[in-house]
Amino acid sequence: MTTAIELADSVRRGETTATTLTEGSLAAIAAGNGALNAFLHVDVDGALSAAARVDRAVANGEDPGPLAGVPIALKDNLCTRGVPTTAASRILEGWRPPYTATVVDRLLGAGAIPVGKTNLDEFAMGSSTENSAFGPTRNPHDHARVPGGSSGGSAAAVASGMVPIGLGSDTGGSIRQPAALCGVVGVKPTYGMVSRYGLIAFASSLDQIGPLTRSVADAAVCLEVIAGHDPRDSTSLQEPAPSLVASLHDGVEGRTVALVRELLDGAAPDVEAAVNASAAVLRDAGATVIEISIPELRLGLSAYYLIAPAEASSNLARYDGVRYGLRVDADDLTMMNVATRTKGFGDEVKRRIMLGTYALSAGYYDAYYGRAQRVRTLLSRAFAGAYGRADLLVGATAPTTAFELGAKTTDPMAMYLSDVYTIPSNLSGDPAITVPFGSGADGLPLGVQLLGPARSERLVFAAAQVLEEGAPR
Amino acid sequence: MTILDGYEMVVGLEVHTELKTVTKLFCGCANAFGSAPNTNVCPVCLGLPGSLPVLNRGAVELAMAIGTALGCSILPSSFHRKNYFYPDMPKDYQISQYDEPINVGGTLELPDGSTVRIERAHLEEDTGKTTHVGASGRIHGAERSLVDYNRAGVPLVEIVSAPDITSAAQARAYAAELRSILVATGASDGRMEEGSMRVDANVSVRRVGDATLGTRCEIKNLNSLRSLQRAVDHEAERQSELVAAGGRVVQETRHWDEVAGTTVTMRSKEEAYDYRYFPEPDLLPLVPEDPWRDRVAAELPALPAARRTTLLALLGEPTPSQRDQVLSVVELGIDAMVTSAVSSGVDPARALSRVANEVAALNGAETLGVDDVVTVLSMEQAGELSATHAKAVLADLVEHGGDPRELAKRRGFEQLDASSLDATIDEVVASFPDEWTRYCQGDDKLAQFFVGHVMKQTKGQADGKAVIAGLASRRSR
Amino acid sequence: MTSLSREDVAHVAKLARLALSDEDLERYTDQLRAVLDHARDLEAFDFESTAPTAHPFAAAAYLREDVVVEGLDRDEVLNQAPAVEDDRFCVPQIIGDAP
Ligand SMILES: [Zn+2]
Repeated sequence: MTTAIELADSVRRGETTATTLTEGSLAAIAAGNGALNAFLHVDVDGALSAAARVDRAVANGEDPGPLAGVPIALKDNLCTRGVPTTAASRILEGWRPPYTATVVDRLLGAGAIPVGKTNLDEFAMGSSTENSAFGPTRNPHDHARVPGGSSGGSAAAVASGMVPIGLGSDTGGSIRQPAALCGVVGVKPTYGMVSRYGLIAFASSLDQIGPLTRSVADAAVCLEVIAGHDPRDSTSLQEPAPSLVASLHDGVEGRTVALVRELLDGAAPDVEAAVNASAAVLRDAGATVIEISIPELRLGLSAYYLIAPAEASSNLARYDGVRYGLRVDADDLTMMNVATRTKGFGDEVKRRIMLGTYALSAGYYDAYYGRAQRVRTLLSRAFAGAYGRADLLVGATAPTTAFELGAKTTDPMAMYLSDVYTIPSNLSGDPAITVPFGSGADGLPLGVQLLGPARSERLVFAAAQVLEEGAPR
Repeated sequence: MTILDGYEMVVGLEVHTELKTVTKLFCGCANAFGSAPNTNVCPVCLGLPGSLPVLNRGAVELAMAIGTALGCSILPSSFHRKNYFYPDMPKDYQISQYDEPINVGGTLELPDGSTVRIERAHLEEDTGKTTHVGASGRIHGAERSLVDYNRAGVPLVEIVSAPDITSAAQARAYAAELRSILVATGASDGRMEEGSMRVDANVSVRRVGDATLGTRCEIKNLNSLRSLQRAVDHEAERQSELVAAGGRVVQETRHWDEVAGTTVTMRSKEEAYDYRYFPEPDLLPLVPEDPWRDRVAAELPALPAARRTTLLALLGEPTPSQRDQVLSVVELGIDAMVTSAVSSGVDPARALSRVANEVAALNGAETLGVDDVVTVLSMEQAGELSATHAKAVLADLVEHGGDPRELAKRRGFEQLDASSLDATIDEVVASFPDEWTRYCQGDDKLAQFFVGHVMKQTKGQADGKAVIAGLASRRSR
Repeated sequence: MTSLSREDVAHVAKLARLALSDEDLERYTDQLRAVLDHARDLEAFDFESTAPTAHPFAAAAYLREDVVVEGLDRDEVLNQAPAVEDDRFCVPQIIGDAP
């Protein structure tokens, strides 16, 4: 398939038009979305008029930007002015935000064409996209299987060729795990590298927006566009976007890469084999590969399932039926709040709101939320120790290939374990990327995860490029 | 209405003040009073999904100024979320400082020399405004409520005193002095009636000599200094009577009913909220660096205590009533009129008296320009305006504004100088020779005839007594 | 850490303004208990000497200058509201006061 970089180049050179690319993408969505349910909303008019603007710019001899004419899918928890934004929840059904997320503005500024909003687990809470109020998304490689989640819609849209780039959000692995399960590249940037303004919050201290693409280079271009300080997000790093494309082919010669035991514990044999094979690719490219253990990573899952629900319980309080979205009428305000929230939120969202409320409530704060925050410190220290010995860490992205729809829906704890390898980077705030690396025993795609210290995206991307080039075909 | 003999009250006050910033605490919406409903709103202060707060530097500086004025330590601080559902709060949580407030520990010295310790003064956001409409218009009978978010997110500083206050009068004096300080620092306009300064009182009573504190009640809805004093007095009486009769005070929140003059139960402790405070993940810690703290301290204007000292020094040996006047002009924030007038040559006692009596009585006195007041007082001192006319000009200034000399002229208050009065009298006398002769022969009633004509010619500007004196001196020549 | 009871779940549902049927309550109690039981692994570590982390990278706060930025158009905002009266958001009667 053609990469986004190639597409943008041909638009900029006048060999094709943004309108042609957009129409192609819209046609692919029209043909494939019925089976996949990757998109919740397709913005035909918005996409075509954005494409027309890019084409005019080219005709006028202007440079529309590095993503000129590239169709992009937006996870439906990114606000788009006047375009329905639901976070896959009934509680926001029909809401048309009066403003646009910073990342979307930046993509438009770079010439990209947002074609629609993709499916997700409701409020990004889930690992299979089955928690969507609007039906699950299916894995393009096997429609009986999940695409992973919560950015399953974007992952499926990219993997099926509907768009070359999708945006997702990653709170505990929600970009990387579906990317791995769908066989695409997925990036969780350093916390604060990408503005969260306009991203419907799940867990504010963990959420980070990133790209899902068919190549490492496309992810680099996209991240360069969306990264960099935003004065509307206090937690955004006060520095410009890193330049990633220029150093993409720097390789890993002389670097030390550590295989982390805890990022393989419990992985299926085919996943473990792929990770070991990826380490060999890095070694062949000149890196020194060592094996280490970071026992604290085992605490990540527990800490995450206290911190994320706690923040979510507060972030989701605003869906009360007063200002926007669903309202279920009742005789008094409290009853209206209760009726609205009870009808508007799905099972998993309620579960996490209650869990988080409990973790913060009087008498339990220290035992749960307070302790989880201390684990966070411990984990960051442990990562810092590891980065004293290695430049990068490598491990699995998910324990298995894509599982079947319904396999884990009745056992939340089993579902939560899908995120065991991805959660630690969210807790520490460090960047991580998943790169497709062959397939499992069932023929489904597999991903390998690379982790680096904060702000080490250049190094992480260069290593990812090595893996991409050395991956089994 | 007062506490029973043998009991003493222990009172602590929580004062919320809206800060006079240009914009709200976490967004760029105007912090304006009286705009049309829901016109000063944006994604942030409406709590729209995906919006994020960004802290206003101006609000932080005003909070630091308050802390400096109260002698607090200005410390690194952080924000928490206070979670509870209420429709005037768009996010259903309030961003507030919790265990790490910006200002910690301080003292407020009252004019009578007593001191009240300040525990903390922290930043938080205000809520929107809920209007209850329907059957009765009161909250419990309303059929529905309407919400305007223009005030949602306006910066507040909450100033918490230690329970050092021992009388209702002292509670009032504390609130008055604090208000003067807030106005002096430019942090707030201190208007209790408009809600820009709000006071809650924590009141408990105990037997005189007891070391342990009694159970306290929090009193809300105190909309003026007078309500504060009345409510504290009433609550201390209620509690002391309850305890004396063998009852127990229940910890609860009580509402002051201004009309009935009583406090009534709002919410008992059992119904207390579980606010689930936790660190606000959308905001990073606030660290006031030394140079910033130093600059805020250097830019702090003179505070009320220092201004009282200045005035008392001008008076030399002030009388008790002058001491009261000094307190009052400083409390009203109009003391600069006195000091400026004195430095322009107005007698200090006269300046104080005029400002404390005439100026203070005007509605909107604090809007008067200091220079304009000084001009009026100087004109009076020079004999160019009578006391009555000076007061009228001051009233005009409040109502219309403008140049005081112009206003005096338009009103015709400028008294004629002696030579032009003499010329007018001569002119009138010459015009009526017969009447003049009769007057000279002793027909004193004709004096009023001449005064009338002089007044007519001078359009009423002449002083009647001066005209009669002029006539008399001419007759005796 | 104590074990989660049905009453605990009922209490947090009330705090979070969610209504639960008896069957919901049963199911959620079991599911939440499983997550909290898993979190018992945290008890094995000594945390007393470890400070909590609230932000991944706790740099000093970014501050905004006190300058007006244009807000939203009222009609666009109110068009999204479930009920509006007199240019304000309309809600059913409120029983109980604000804290
Ligand atoms: Zn605003």
